[in-house]
Amino acid sequence: MPSIRSVGPVSIYRSTIIFVALVLTFAILVTLASHAIGFGILSTSFIKTLGKTLCLCLIAIAMDVVWGYCGILSLGHFAFFGLGGYMIGMWLMFARTKDIVLKSIANNALPATPQELRDAIGTQIFGVVGGARIPWIWHFADSLTAQLALAVLVPGLLALVFGWLAFRSRVTGVYLSILTQAMTLALSLYLFQNDSGLRGNNGLSGLQNIPGLDLVSQDVISLWFFWASALALIAGYLFFAWLLNGKFGKIVRAIRDDETRVRFLGYPVETYKLFVFVLTAVVAAIAGVLYYPQAGIINPAQVAPIASIYLAVWVAIGGRGRLYGAVIGAAFVSLVSSWFTGGQVPDVPLGFYTIHWVEWWQVVLGFGFVLVTLYAPNGLGGLVDVFVRKETSA
Amino acid sequence: MTALLEVSGVSVSFDGFKAINNLSLNIAEGELHAIIGPNGAGKTTFMDIVTGKTKPDSGRVLWGYPSVSLLSLSESAIAQAGVGRKFQRPTVFEAQSVRDNLLMALNKKRSPLSVLFYRFTADDFAKIEAMAKEISLTGVLDRRAGELSHGQKQWLEIGMLLLQEPRLLLVDEPAAGMTLAERERTTDILKRAAKSRAVIVVEHDMEFVRRLECKVSVLHEGSVLAEGSLSKVTADPRVIEVYLGRS
Repeated sequence: MPSIRSVGPVSIYRSTIIFVALVLTFAILVTLASHAIGFGILSTSFIKTLGKTLCLCLIAIAMDVVWGYCGILSLGHFAFFGLGGYMIGMWLMFARTKDIVLKSIANNALPATPQELRDAIGTQIFGVVGGARIPWIWHFADSLTAQLALAVLVPGLLALVFGWLAFRSRVTGVYLSILTQAMTLALSLYLFQNDSGLRGNNGLSGLQNIPGLDLVSQDVISLWFFWASALALIAGYLFFAWLLNGKFGKIVRAIRDDETRVRFLGYPVETYKLFVFVLTAVVAAIAGVLYYPQAGIINPAQVAPIASIYLAVWVAIGGRGRLYGAVIGAAFVSLVSSWFTGGQVPDVPLGFYTIHWVEWWQVVLGFGFVLVTLYAPNGLGGLVDVFVRKETSA
Repeated sequence: MTALLEVSGVSVSFDGFKAINNLSLNIAEGELHAIIGPNGAGKTTFMDIVTGKTKPDSGRVLWGYPSVSLLSLSESAIAQAGVGRKFQRPTVFEAQSVRDNLLMALNKKRSPLSVLFYRFTADDFAKIEAMAKEISLTGVLDRRAGELSHGQKQWLEIGMLLLQEPRLLLVDEPAAGMTLAERERTTDILKRAAKSRAVIVVEHDMEFVRRLECKVSVLHEGSVLAEGSLSKVTADPRVIEVYLGRS
């Protein structure tokens, strides 16, 4: 084929094969270096960091699809991520507390009535916000299946209702971004309240302890979650690559570039946007479900608007409109970020002032963002394009 | 003859300015019809109303038989009903290849789910090749649409419209910015297109309209001033007065 394409992303087939191979290789290497199975080079907490990073990569590709491909700059996808985390967190916390309560009353002379059991669990979980009653939203918290379903349904429904209202009114561009920020802010403010039923600013904690797996060490559990995250990322990547490779992908990109024209081609633009918005929200929620058992805690601060802005920064730095760009951006920025803010980087004493990287990292990130925007509009992923293209033409 | 498109008594005003004033116009199936008029006569607003971009304050816009009102339909529903529109500036999807632009326009189901599971067939690609030949873009099918010349983009857009298989084609100043040779080619394409469907051409350029050899409506201040063959309307003293010192 006489294809004279100027600089553009690497073909979707090729990048997908390379990507899957790289992630699998990486996962195997990490397994070999783990405490649980391999040589014990990597600490369990580092494996959790890597597993969490894979989840962030998953939400980043969702962000790239909704923003980089469909042109909807959503500054609210971390809200869906957090909601997914809260839903699975409810089960983790409830089931584990129930186990503890059952154990502690096992030797009592009289078996506890269901009401007493509920009260004991309620006191354990909600004592910290001055309550003992289990709120109605915890109705299904005893069932893993139900909470997994809710982890997809609740963020999906929120995205559906919000998206339907916004797209139907033809809210686009920066106005839509502001609306999504408002939604995120409202959600996090609601979660901060003690009577939200989700423990206010304490959030849900102890999530790393998986109910029923008391005898399995964290070394092993961390590896399981790491693999689950890696496989979820691969599945997500394959799914989106398939979605974008066909006719649907062409329409979605066309909507990004000129939605009015797409409308006059006869495509119901609003329905497409809603479809992409809800779909990516659900993927974000799934990423959250896998993330928070590795993080161990979820609180409203993680759903705060800034998180969603970071997400956009990752995708911009990684390069929009190429799925691998989003992965590179999320992995690179979040790992460098945890390195800088983890206190391992030595401070720089200037005599009159000492640069503490924990605080100054934000400045570095800000400059990095500006530099990428100015000099590498295709992001780090754009560098990959140039590299691959040179190899191909050589 | 019943009309394919029946516009009657349509008025619309923007901030008190009457862009369209009690406009009535009928288009028959398979008719080639030119609309001319000075700047601000309401030509583009007329197209906006027919394609659903602007809702009129009053009047009726009926389509097909049995006739349905276009006023309650969205832009995409109107396009699906068989009204195609070509914009004044060539609007193609510049980041995608010429082939992809044409593939998107093919007359297939438009809903997200049917598009998601749609696989292009050999027949689709054959249609694209045939259309590329018609619009002289065979050699550039794999180029990005953004790399085309102005005239080529206009043809690509016309090609996309034809692949939509509309029953009515609205074309806004197709010859603007074209070279003489390109204009002649464009006239040919439009005349051939009009053999199987109705076409409305909005144009400034009298010479271009003359070459189309069709019925002409002159628009002035939002309503039809004169209607008939080009030689008839250009002889009309009111038309001459409107155009005096303008063209």
